[in-house]
Amino acid sequence: MDYNFHWRPVFNKLPDLLEAGLLTLEVSLLSMVIGTVLGLLLALAKLSPLKPARWFAITWIELARNTPALFQLFFFGFGLGAFGWHLSPFLIVLVGLSFNNAGYLAENFRGGFQAVPENQYRAARSLGMTAFQATTRIVIPQVFKIVYHPMTNQMVWAVLMSSLAMMVGYRELAGETQFLASKTFRIFEYFLAAAVIYYVIVKIILGLSRLLAWRLFRYE
Amino acid sequence: MNETVTFFSGFKINDLFFLGEAALQTLMIAAISISSGTLLGAICGWGLAEGKTVVRWTLNSILDVFRSVPLLIQLILFYNLFPIIGFDLGPFASGIIVLSMYTCALVASVVRGGIESVQQPMRRAARSLGMSYLQSMRHVIFPIGLRAVLPSWIGVALGVLKDSALVSVLGYVELLRASQILMTRTQEPFLILALAGAFYFALSYPLSRYSKQLEERWAS
Amino acid sequence: MIEIQNLHKYFDVHHVLKGIDLTVEKGEVLSIIGSSGSGKSTLLYCINGLEAIQQGEVIVDGVSVHDKGADLNRIRQNLGMVFQQWNSFPHLTALENVALAPRIVKKLSKAESLAIAEQQLKHVGLADKLDAYPSSLSGGQQQRLAISRALAMEPEYMLFDEATSALDPELVGEVLETMRMLAEEGMTMICVTHEMGFARDVSDRVAYFHDGVMEEIGTPDQIFGTPVSQHTQKFLANVR
Repeated sequence: MDYNFHWRPVFNKLPDLLEAGLLTLEVSLLSMVIGTVLGLLLALAKLSPLKPARWFAITWIELARNTPALFQLFFFGFGLGAFGWHLSPFLIVLVGLSFNNAGYLAENFRGGFQAVPENQYRAARSLGMTAFQATTRIVIPQVFKIVYHPMTNQMVWAVLMSSLAMMVGYRELAGETQFLASKTFRIFEYFLAAAVIYYVIVKIILGLSRLLAWRLFRYE
Repeated sequence: MNETVTFFSGFKINDLFFLGEAALQTLMIAAISISSGTLLGAICGWGLAEGKTVVRWTLNSILDVFRSVPLLIQLILFYNLFPIIGFDLGPFASGIIVLSMYTCALVASVVRGGIESVQQPMRRAARSLGMSYLQSMRHVIFPIGLRAVLPSWIGVALGVLKDSALVSVLGYVELLRASQILMTRTQEPFLILALAGAFYFALSYPLSRYSKQLEERWAS
Repeated sequence: MIEIQNLHKYFDVHHVLKGIDLTVEKGEVLSIIGSSGSGKSTLLYCINGLEAIQQGEVIVDGVSVHDKGADLNRIRQNLGMVFQQWNSFPHLTALENVALAPRIVKKLSKAESLAIAEQQLKHVGLADKLDAYPSSLSGGQQQRLAISRALAMEPEYMLFDEATSALDPELVGEVLETMRMLAEEGMTMICVTHEMGFARDVSDRVAYFHDGVMEEIGTPDQIFGTPVSQHTQKFLANVR
C-alpha cells in the first residue's frame, strides 16, 4: 500500500463540514415539516369520496414511491426547466425531498387513520364535539402515535436522501464534502469524515426520537 | 434515414437505443446486487436472530453503518478505497459491491424479523416432535417466516433497484446518467426524464402492488 | 321528552327500522330488548343524530333532531351516550377523558371542567383512578369512566347501547350498579340491553323489538309476565 493518508487538511476543514451538516439537518427537517402537512392532506384526499382528489393523491403517492429519489430531484431541477421554471439548488432539494416525504408519509397517515376505530370519532361526536374537534382532539393524537415510528424512519431517510443535493449543486454536507475534496484530491479522507458526521446525525435523531416517545406516550 | 428522424428538436431515434442500453445496465446492476445481497443478508439475518450475543452485537454494529450513512457517500468512499488497498475495480464492480452490502444490511433486518416472528411455542412444538434444529428451520420456521418476509423483501429489492441510480455518481452510465447526458445534448429534459421515470415506474409499481396484495392476503 | 314518530331507517336496501312510534317522558327509564339485528341499537344512533333517517321525526324537548337547521352538537350535549365498546380515549387520563368535552364543547374554564370531572368520577366510584390511563383500567372501570364522561356534560337523557355486552361476566355487576344508581337519581334513560334482570327491576317500561318493528311495549310485569306477541314469548323463553 503506497497511499499516504492525509488527515490534517480534513481536520482543518472540520468546522466547514460541521456547518454543512447543519444545512443538511435544516433542509431535511424543513422537508419533513412540509412533507408532513402535504402528506396529511394527501392521506385525507385519498380517503375522500371525491374522485379527482383521490386520483390526484394516488398519482402523487405512487410517483413518489415508485421512482428513484434522484430522478425526482432531476425532475424538479431540469425537467421543470422545459417549462421555463428554474429553481435554485436549495429549492430543488427542498421541493424534491418534500415531494418524496409527502408520498411516503401519506401512506403512513392513511394507515394510521384506518387503524383508529370509527367508534372513537362517534363517541367524541356523541359528547357534542364538532367534526373538527373530534378529529383534532381525539383522532389525530391517536394517529400520531401510530405513525410516530414510521415518521422517525422517514426523517432518517430524509437526511440520507438529502445527500443527493450533491448531484444538483447544493452544498450541504455531501455537496460541501465534494467541493472540498475536489480541491485537494483527498477524496477518501473527506468522504470518510462526512460518513462519520452522517452516522452521528442519524444516531442523534434516533436517540432524540426515543427520548421524545418516552415523554409523549406514557399512556401505553 | 434513421439518423434524421426526430421526435422533437434534438432527440434522435438513436438516443432511444442509448437509453434502452442504459436501462439494461440498470437492470443488470440491480439484479446482481439484489441476488448477492439477499444471499448474504439471509445469512447475516440468521446470525442476528440466532447467533450468540457477541455475534449479534458485532454484526448489528457493522450492518448498522450501511443503514446510517447515505448510499451516495458509501459508493464514493469504497470506489476510492479499493485503489488504495490495491484493487482498481472500476465503477461497475465497486458499485455492485457497495449495493450488495447495502442490500445485505437491509435484508438482514428483514430476515431477522421474519425468524423472530415465528414464536417460541411454535418452535418448541416443532422440536418436541423430534425435529432437529435444521429440520425445524427448514420445515417450520422458514415456511412461516417467508410469509412475514416476502412483502418486505420486495420492498427492499425495489428500493435497491431505485437506488442503483446512484451508481451514476461514479461515472457509470446507467439509466439516469444516460438521461443526464442526453438532457445536456438534446435540450429535451422533460421528454427524456419522462421516459426514464416511466421505466422505473413500470418496473416498481406492479411489484409494489403485488407485495401489498400479498401482505393483505397473509394478514388474515 | 323524546318523541319518535313513524321513524324509518334504511342501510342501503335493508329496512332496519320500519316505522317506530315511541315517547319517553322525563324521568322515565325505558329498556329495549330484542335479538341482535332487530334495530334497537340503530334507534339510539338515530335519536342523537349519529345516523341519518329516511322518514319520520325525532323530537327532543321540542327540537327536531333531523331538521336541516338542527344544531346537532347542542342537542347531543343533552343526550349522553354510552357505547358497547366503551371507547375511552386512550391518549388521555381518566380525568382528562371526562374534562375534555366540558372544556372544549361547553367552553368551561380548565379549573371548572376538572372539578366537574373529578366529581363525576367520584360519583361512579373511580375517585382513586383520576390520573390512570384507560389501558390500566379494567373493562368495567372503563365503562364507568365512559358513563361519567357522558354525565359530565350534564345531559337530561342518557342512552345506553348494550353497555355491558362486551364485558367479562364478573365485571357486569359494577356497571349495572352504576346504571341503577342513575335511575334512582331520576335520570331519564333509554337502555338497549340483554340484561333481563336489569330490565325487569329498574325500568318503568320495557319495549321488545323484532325485525325493525316495536312489537310490544309495557310495564316490566306486562312484558315479562303476560307478553302478548308470539315473538316476545319466544324470545323470552329462549333467554330464560
